[in-house]
This record gives sequence, C-alpha cells and structure tokens, in this order.
Amino acid sequence: MKTCEYQQIDPQALPTPTPTLPAHHGNDSDKREEPKRPKKKWEVFPGKNRFYCDGRIIVARQSGVLPLTLGLILVTSGLFFIFDCPFLVKHLTSCIPVIGGGLFVFVVITLLQTSFTDPGILPRATPDEAADIEKQIDNTGNTSYRPPPRTKEVLINQQVVKLKYCFTCKMFRPPRTSHCSLCDNCVERFDHHCPWVGNCVGKRNYRFFYTFIVSLSFLTAFIFGCVTTHLALRAQGGKGLVFALQESPGSAVELVICFFSVWSILGLSGFHTYLVASNLTTNEDIKGSWSGKSGEGVTNPYSHKNIFINCCTMLCGPMPPSLIDRRGFLPADESVQTAGTDIELPTLTNKSEINVCTQGTKGLLESATRPPLLSTSCPQGKTQTAHTCPDNSPTVNSDPSPELSTSCGARHTASSRGHTSPPRHSKSRSKKSKRAALHISNTAYDAPVSPTSPDAGPKSKARGHEGASFSPLH
Amino acid sequence: MSTDTEHSASLANKVFIQRDYSEGTTCKFQTKFPSELESRIERTLFEDTVKTLNNYYAEAEKIGGQSYLEGCLACATAYLIFLCMETRYEKVLKKIAKYIQEQNEKIYAPRGLLITDPIERGMRVIEISIYEDRGSSGSSSGSSSVSGSTAR
Repeated sequence: MKTCEYQQIDPQALPTPTPTLPAHHGNDSDKREEPKRPKKKWEVFPGKNRFYCDGRIIVARQSGVLPLTLGLILVTSGLFFIFDCPFLVKHLTSCIPVIGGGLFVFVVITLLQTSFTDPGILPRATPDEAADIEKQIDNTGNTSYRPPPRTKEVLINQQVVKLKYCFTCKMFRPPRTSHCSLCDNCVERFDHHCPWVGNCVGKRNYRFFYTFIVSLSFLTAFIFGCVTTHLALRAQGGKGLVFALQESPGSAVELVICFFSVWSILGLSGFHTYLVASNLTTNEDIKGSWSGKSGEGVTNPYSHKNIFINCCTMLCGPMPPSLIDRRGFLPADESVQTAGTDIELPTLTNKSEINVCTQGTKGLLESATRPPLLSTSCPQGKTQTAHTCPDNSPTVNSDPSPELSTSCGARHTASSRGHTSPPRHSKSRSKKSKRAALHISNTAYDAPVSPTSPDAGPKSKARGHEGASFSPLH
Repeated sequence: MSTDTEHSASLANKVFIQRDYSEGTTCKFQTKFPSELESRIERTLFEDTVKTLNNYYAEAEKIGGQSYLEGCLACATAYLIFLCMETRYEKVLKKIAKYIQEQNEKIYAPRGLLITDPIERGMRVIEISIYEDRGSSGSSSGSSSVSGSTAR
C-alpha cells in the first residue's frame, strides 16, 4: 500500500524550490505551494545575508561574535548597576547611574543599528545590463577561459582611479565600493566587515558604527573609572583592596573586562576618528591607496581638504536610501523559476497579450512590466505591479538570475571558511588577545585573516591597521 | 493611439546611461547622447531629462546647514528618528519617481521609449528601453531577446 501512495504523487506537480538554485537561501520554506503569495525581494536575495521581520532586519550570514559583544556589554553594565551604583550613589552622587544608563542605552541602540542596517549593498546587475557591459568590453577569449580582471579608469577630481569589474555582481564597481566575500555583496564605500557587529560597515551604517565605538569608549572608560573609585573608597581606612574585592566581587569582573577593553576600544575610536577626519575608509588606509606609496602625487580625491567638512559629511550628511528594496514585491514571473510552475504559464499568455493590445501609451508602459526573455507572465504579476506602481515603477529583470552567483559562490564560500576561525579561535584565549583580534579583524576583514593576529596582540593595541598587510579587496 | 487597432509593442533594445564619476561618488549620470537613440528622440530633450535628474540627485545629496542639523539631531537621538521620519533623500526620490513617470508619459512613451528609475537599478544606470511597434496581432511572446539584438 505504501508503494501505491508514492507512485500517486506526480513529481512534476510538486512545486518544490529547485535545488539548482543554491543561492536562494532564506525563508522560502513556506513557498512549497504555487506562488499565490507574491514573493518579496529579500526572499530571493542572492547575497549571503539573513533577513528577519519580513525583510526589515538584515544581518550577515555568520553573526560573528555579535552575541558575545552584546553579552559582554550587558553583563558589564548589569554588574555595574547592581554592584557599584548603590555604593556610589550613597557616597558620591546619584548622577552616576543616570549617566551610565544613558550611555548604555546609546551603546546598545547604535550597536543594533549597525548590525541590522543594510550597509549599502549594491544590487547585482540585471542580465541586460551585464550583457551591455560585456559588449563594451573586448572579450576575445573563449567562454571557458576566464578573462583577466577587467578595469576601467576614471578621472575623479583630477585623480586617476581604477574601477574594477566584479565577476559576481557583473558590473564595474563604483569608486570606493568593494566586494565582501563574507556577505557576497558589493558594498558602497566599504570600510570593513566587522565580526563584532556581525555585519559589513559601509556607507549607510558607518555613522552608526562610529557612534557605537565612541559611545562604547565613553561607557567603558566611565565604568572603569567608577569601579576604580568604588574599590578605592571601599579600601579606604587600611582595609585593603582584597577586602574591597571580597565585598564586591562583581566589581572584580568589571575591572578585568574594562581594563582589557578600554585600550583597544579607545584605540579603535581614535583610528576611526582619523579616518573620518581625512575621509578615508579602512580599506583604503590599509591598501595605502592615497598615501603616495606609488611615488606619484596621489591625493585622496574624495577629501574636502578640511577636517571639519570631512567629519560633517561623514557623520551628518544625508542618509542614503537602501538600494536593495528588501520588502518590495518580486514580479511574479521572476519568482516563478521552479520546474513545477512551468505548467501554468502557457495558459496565461493570452491574458497578457490582451492587456498589451488594448491600450496605446499605457500599454507600452505596462508591457514593460513583462521581461522579454520570459514569454509569459501571470496576471497576478500584472495586477500586483499595478498596485505597486506608484512605489515601484515597472521592474524588468530586476532580479539577477541565480546561476550568475552560483559560479562564484563556491569561490566565496571557500574564502569565507578562513574567516570564521580567527574570532572563534580567539575566544579561548585571554581577553587581551581577543581585543587585539578585534583590531586586525576590524581593520580589514575581506581576506583570509592571518591566524597570527592573536599573537600580535601587543603590537596591535591601538594601531591595528598597521599590523595588517593583506589586501582586503576582492 | 487608437485602441481599436491591435497594436503591440515589443522590447527591441536597452540603452544604459552610466554614472559620471568625475566629481566623486555623488550621484550623477553622463549626459552623452547614446547613438541608439539618435533616430528616436531629440538630443536636447534627452539631455534635459538627464540634467534635471542630476540636479535632483545633487539636491538630495547636498550638504549644507539643513542636512547638518538633521544629522546632529539624528545623532542626538541615537539615530532613532530615521525609523520614524522620512529622510530628505527619500523625499527627493519620490519627486524623482514622479518626474520620471511624467517624462515617460509625455515625451518618451510616445516615441516608443521607456525610462526606468535608476533606484531600481541600484543607482548605477539609467535604463532606457527601446520598443518597436509590431503592427497587428500575432506577435505573441517570443519577441526579440535583448542579447540577440546586437545588430540594432
């Protein structure tokens, strides 16, 4: 009887997500049915990101040590409020928990914003666009041989800048854009991939990141100062430090954490303040793009030559929008890429033709909603496009075909293996070297990080960028 | 165009107007007139459209007193106001979308062209689709695939 049941199931009727699209990870487990519910773009996003809250929250595939970061902050602050505040309020002033509380809230909010915001991901080129770019590049090699890296030179403020071609995203990267192999995305104004926040730091979330590390420096220094004062007050009268620590064991933990963190975090804040003031990214600083290493008179073409203006531009400039439109709807014909749904497509051809034929100009505008390469479309897609028209003007081939990303996906996953080990490896070491790893991994994380970074602890304390000598650019 | 004749349009080609990076990373598109459009639209109309779009983007990205104020206020509130308030950039993007729709309706669609809002293409290109009138019926699906239309 059981075998009969199996035979009754027609494999073609099963609209399973096809296994040939490994790039389509994410929450498509509830898409077993025919696409009655139109898919949102985040569900077919080709990069290695995870989405929550229906696409509102975006994080990198590997959360890195974000839970650890959050945990350390929460634990240290919790101990501070429990053990130190009561004593200090009694003996000093009640402003202390207020200031501490304010800083703590600020730190957590900016941390979460850094982690959950789209850093400035560039959507991949549509097939048409990619084909157009290919046409413009002379490609005399045969298809199986990968041509040498393509570059394009542009003049920016009288400075020659080379734009590289991204094989994964099929486009020439805009200036200051870099491809993060961990997230498998091109990110605008790519700074670095920070495992401590579990996300890339780029154009859109740099200000959150900077505010986070600055406020964290203040918080750490503040807690360190308060704990020291607390223990000093307790140890007064010849009672000794040991006695004080016994009375307030939580303070001992805080002292250790803060002592080892404050140097690294202060150093990182100082480094990024320098970057902000000179309008540089960590990426550019490490590669020495504008430091004149090549011997010519290269200067940073993006700098406004004025520290104040540079700072204001980075931190107070207008907030650019997210380009990936996570929560927009996919045109239904693009989400229909599974084998099972091929059956229903031919029946819908007539409807789409009729729609085109009835109107003149409007018909032209509507016909643009159907990509020419796919011969049919669902009326569902049409009505839905009409509804979203005010927000989303007709999108044609807005979704890159998945097979473009799979060929390079292997490359990226291979290189990403090396990334996860340093942070996890460092967990078992002392906190000091953990913070040192913060520098190396923070300053340039787009390439296999040298596992010697934890050992380079003392050197990398405040100037992590000097210690890194690898090229982060993909 | 009369609605009684069955007239369908099919996509013949797409032209991509690339970004102009000569002034840095601010959003600006090249105003060079592509050769594929020579027979379809007047040069001045095209250049006007691109220049207006460039002006809109410059307005969105302008750094001045107002944007500094917005930025400082946002920083003071731990950037939480971004969750409630629409940023100036987004307001300008809406204006741009309206402008493009207007241009399409008045100027481009009657000439068989269609501009796609650059925000849909990651602000990398202005995509202009070129449509061919196909005369009556029959022209189902199939049409010309873009990659094969290099001869155009």
